[in-house]
Amino acid sequence: MASATTTKGATGRNTLNAILFYVFLVIFVLVSMFPLIWIFKMSIITKTELFASPPTLLPANPTGADYAQIFADTAFQKALLNSTIISSATTVICLFFGSIAAYAIARLKFRFRNTVMTLILALSFFPAVAIIAPLFVQFSQVGLIDTYWSVIITDTVFALPLTIWLLVAFFRELPVDLEDAARVDGATTIQAFQKVIVPLAAPGVFTTAILTFIFAWNEFLFANTFLFDENTQPVTVVIPNFATIYTVDYGAQAAAAVVVTVPLVIMVLIFQRRIVSGLTAGAVKG
Amino acid sequence: MTTASGEGKERSWFKEEFGSPERRTAYYMVLPALLIVLVVAFYPVLYGVVLSLTDSTVTSFGSFVGVENYVEMFQNPDFRLGLSNTVIFTVASVALEFIIGLGIALAINQAFRGRGLVRAAILVPWAFPTVISAVMWRLMFQDQVGVINYVANAIGVIDGPILADDTLLLIAVIFVDVWKTTPFMALLLLAGLQTIPGEVYEAARVDGASVMQRFFRITLPLLKGTILVAVLFRTLDAYRIYDLFWVMTSRGLDSLSTFVYEGVRISQLQFGPGNAAAVFIFVTAFAIALFFIRVLGMQTSTEE
Repeated sequence: MASATTTKGATGRNTLNAILFYVFLVIFVLVSMFPLIWIFKMSIITKTELFASPPTLLPANPTGADYAQIFADTAFQKALLNSTIISSATTVICLFFGSIAAYAIARLKFRFRNTVMTLILALSFFPAVAIIAPLFVQFSQVGLIDTYWSVIITDTVFALPLTIWLLVAFFRELPVDLEDAARVDGATTIQAFQKVIVPLAAPGVFTTAILTFIFAWNEFLFANTFLFDENTQPVTVVIPNFATIYTVDYGAQAAAAVVVTVPLVIMVLIFQRRIVSGLTAGAVKG
Repeated sequence: MTTASGEGKERSWFKEEFGSPERRTAYYMVLPALLIVLVVAFYPVLYGVVLSLTDSTVTSFGSFVGVENYVEMFQNPDFRLGLSNTVIFTVASVALEFIIGLGIALAINQAFRGRGLVRAAILVPWAFPTVISAVMWRLMFQDQVGVINYVANAIGVIDGPILADDTLLLIAVIFVDVWKTTPFMALLLLAGLQTIPGEVYEAARVDGASVMQRFFRITLPLLKGTILVAVLFRTLDAYRIYDLFWVMTSRGLDSLSTFVYEGVRISQLQFGPGNAAAVFIFVTAFAIALFFIRVLGMQTSTEE
């Protein structure tokens, strides 16, 4: 907006443009946030108010009854714990294998580098539903059904493309000189990786960890295929089932949805810069 | 596999490749990741193809039946409905997401107050678990407590409950997908826009190019790479949609993926056609990716 110097007409038009721009922004932000705000409202009102027609705009008598109910529900507690276990384990395992592979792809020269990268990235185009039947048969044979491992393994594999892609991008940005210096001093490739790359890449690794965790937390298809036992089901499987358990208890459904989403929203708000830089790392060159 | 051949002319690079300690280290480092990907993702695809050509069930391996499962699959009205729902859903949602996303990206491609808030508004729908957003929107579309259902009926856009009508339900599913992924599309396109140097526009302005000319002659061509990547990702994502259909429609409306799921996990009788549909999704998704890469000339190199 550097050209706002000339005539009065132009200034007026710029002001109008600015107002329109902010109106647009407000609408955009409201539409994005609307479901979370409205579902939160549904979760804190009384049953009578919930069924009121027309619906109330602001809660008349806020109550925490729905939250008390779902937090007292052991199945829900267990589901939160299961989600945490599955997502944390997936993140750790995925980052372990992912960072080793990504380092080799980013830094070392070998003939099949592009083939390896293409094979792994091709997975992100993979319709996961195409392999649930064969995997189910195989997992049954080795007794993995209804265990955390069934989902941790599949989540890890399908998070690997994202993890490796991000880590390769981060590793490439690091200065090569330092590693060379380490090697001149007699360090092996593995030592150079451990002592030089890992500490320097910590911010990038952290960003990748957040994105991998969110990916695993949100996964539904594999969990819904391999886990039937409530003792291992994560929230993504349990909450839609709330619709059948609490058939008309829409307040409890709303409260459960809020509980699962709020930690993610907080995480996203705290790390928004990192997440944006991670998400756009691969899509754009330059 | 890549290491299997050791014939004459290939022996020299083979030796060079695996004789050098540093190169061997590189292979050791990629091997674990590559192995689990091959074993857990690529091998089951082949196994799935085999299953689709037999009369196997979940518990027993059957005998070869040729393309019988595929014939049965194409004759199944649920499959045909799932296919058409998926195609409509994919085309409509990706087109809307692209147009609205590009609009948003163009609008916010400038310095302004409140960028942080906008970034938050972009990331919040993206970070929602899809099934949870499906549960949330379903509550709002619901006929007893749903605010959208109430408003839409009150102002007379529709007459009757949204969730009871298949067409409205499909529109609702598309709407939720657009809500959830448009911001992400905008984010990718914005990152692409920011790589176009400002001088290019300045030069065009000096030469007297209009806003439209600048958009069609500069922005779109320079953004082509980013657009192809973003649209391909979204297209394949939409094409394999499972969770939104499964949860939002309470299994009332099929997509290709929910058809497969029901076949191989719920109904014992549909295991064969379910596997055929799984292979069908895989092959068609692969064809879509090839189309983008070969016909539209998408850049796939991973080199700097």
